[in-house]
Amino acid sequence: MEATLNSIIAAAAPLVIATMGETITEKSGVVNLSLEGSLRLSAMTGFVVAFWVGHALVGFGAAAVVGAAIAAIIASTSIRLKLNQIAVGFVLTLLAADLASFLGDSFVGERGPRVPALPIPFLSDIPFVGKVFFDHDLVVYGSFLAIGVTWWVFYRTRAGLNLQGVGERPEGAFARGIKVNTLRFWYTVLGGAMVGVAGAAYSLDVKLGWRETLTLNLGWIALAIVIFGGWHPLRVAFGAYLFGALQVLAFQLQDVFPGLAQVLPIAPFPLMILALVFVYSSGFRRIGDQFPRLRSLLGGAAPAAMGTVFERE
Amino acid sequence: MKALRAATPTLLSLAAALAFGIVLLLLAGAPPFEALWLLVEGSFGSASKISATLLAWSPLLLASAGLVITFSAGLWNIGVEGQVIVGAIAATWVARSLPGPAWVILLATIVAGAIGGLVWALIAGVLKTYGGVHEIFGGLGLDFVAAGLAVYLVLGPWKRTGVASTSGTDIFREEAWMPELEAFGTGWPVVSVALGLASVLIVWLLLRGTRFGLRLKAVGRNPQSSFLLGIPTNTYMLGAFAIGGALAGIAGTVQATGFHHKLVPAISGGYGFLGILVVLLASFSAAWIAPIALFFVAISVGSTQLDLRLGLDSAFGGVLQGITVLFVMIGGAWSASRGFGSQAAREEH
Repeated sequence: MEATLNSIIAAAAPLVIATMGETITEKSGVVNLSLEGSLRLSAMTGFVVAFWVGHALVGFGAAAVVGAAIAAIIASTSIRLKLNQIAVGFVLTLLAADLASFLGDSFVGERGPRVPALPIPFLSDIPFVGKVFFDHDLVVYGSFLAIGVTWWVFYRTRAGLNLQGVGERPEGAFARGIKVNTLRFWYTVLGGAMVGVAGAAYSLDVKLGWRETLTLNLGWIALAIVIFGGWHPLRVAFGAYLFGALQVLAFQLQDVFPGLAQVLPIAPFPLMILALVFVYSSGFRRIGDQFPRLRSLLGGAAPAAMGTVFERE
Repeated sequence: MKALRAATPTLLSLAAALAFGIVLLLLAGAPPFEALWLLVEGSFGSASKISATLLAWSPLLLASAGLVITFSAGLWNIGVEGQVIVGAIAATWVARSLPGPAWVILLATIVAGAIGGLVWALIAGVLKTYGGVHEIFGGLGLDFVAAGLAVYLVLGPWKRTGVASTSGTDIFREEAWMPELEAFGTGWPVVSVALGLASVLIVWLLLRGTRFGLRLKAVGRNPQSSFLLGIPTNTYMLGAFAIGGALAGIAGTVQATGFHHKLVPAISGGYGFLGILVVLLASFSAAWIAPIALFFVAISVGSTQLDLRLGLDSAFGGVLQGITVLFVMIGGAWSASRGFGSQAAREEH
């Protein structure tokens, strides 16, 4: 049990970081649809750079730059050129994924440096809790930090208030003297950098090494989880852990049902999306209207100005 | 002269995309011009290579034509991959189980593919119109389910004789193969190309000259006002999903009975997503689909030679396609924001 929970938390860590990044981006009113490609390209770059330099940390830095650069393309083409964010994001998805396959081809099968395990002294000795939460490495602690900081900034700081204003009612925010497009640009770049870190976590922490299918479909899942979590950091994190649990479960069921060994690893993907469909179906919304508490626990509206271009008159 | 000025940003963007490709090849330590020549030679260098390119062109035409319809209704039909897969699954089911002469099976596999894709698209459509689920995520979920279904069938109920393998089901008997015309020492995929070109023509006519097409575009531009004007927007969106899905499903038939002659896990060949790139590059107009799709499959088919001859990953083709679309989009928007060049092009619309 302890070991299972420990592995769920470790397996979900990159996804938590990526979904926090995308939540920040979308909260500011921009959709970075490119996650499937961003994760793959940053996983490849992170691995290759770490492999060359011999240091995992440098790999994470390089991956963050890749994620940030892709996000910057989406933000700037939307803000300056009024291009559709979904269209640019989709093209970048395919482009980044193929770029990763092309440039990373000769590094498949190599083993790079790994992120060292770092059990936290004393805390990791607490029975049960210590093993589940404090017997990990920096990536996992980073994922905890990402959840906490995102939540705190969103709901407890002035910056968070401005961020939400920019995503919900940009006209109002602009009238209060907030530089809407500047904020959107930098929050999108920040979110992209976090996606990049998540990508490197897959090739330097979850698995050691890079191959084409390493992050397959995880970017799409991350996008779905942000919606599933209603753009609320804690609920988004819950979604990421739920997916992690499904993955670990599917992995363990492979021994029970060897006949389904090929199908089980992909089962969490449709399951996750079906959960999303269920939560957002109008039938469920009607139940939600009757039980407001249940609804506030699961639902959540998209930032009102998400995906739109802000132009001052 | 006016046309040339309108085309300037596009031509510059294409040149920039080519330059990007050359730099990338140099980075990979490959001789760039030899590699680019291999793309041309690999797709058009011999009769059998031209035939292979045309065979790949057909499903891309079908998928792209269907996507023009869904885009016209303002829908992001990301579920197109799943629709191709389910079309191929339905066609495979018919090809495996229906007895009878070749022409009966041909018609039946085409109809089955269309129905398979249509049903799969309608699920996303109903989720969107009645369930409030955005079509991008409904579609993605259905893509995952379809891909899982194909893997399950290939390894389970339809496993090939002997040991089940991800290399696919047993090859269909020859009556179920999409017919080809023998000439110049190779088979020519006349039926599949005819299906592909017909789909583009039908979609072009539908959007240009019919009441349905005009209203569909109105729904895509502004669903709220269309609804207020008395257009049943949900019905039109579902109609767009149905047509787009049916064409994608026929693309699946072509992949199964025309190309692989069996069901394989990666049966879609990625033509669904590639179709989205084609339609974006064509800026949602049916008229440009055919040449752009031909250009794209030539890159895809040719890039397999890079792997064979230079040991490069064939994903280079995808990079070239993606960077082309990205640069043309940016180039067009940039020149539009400067009021340069594309002004004339925009006035034509």
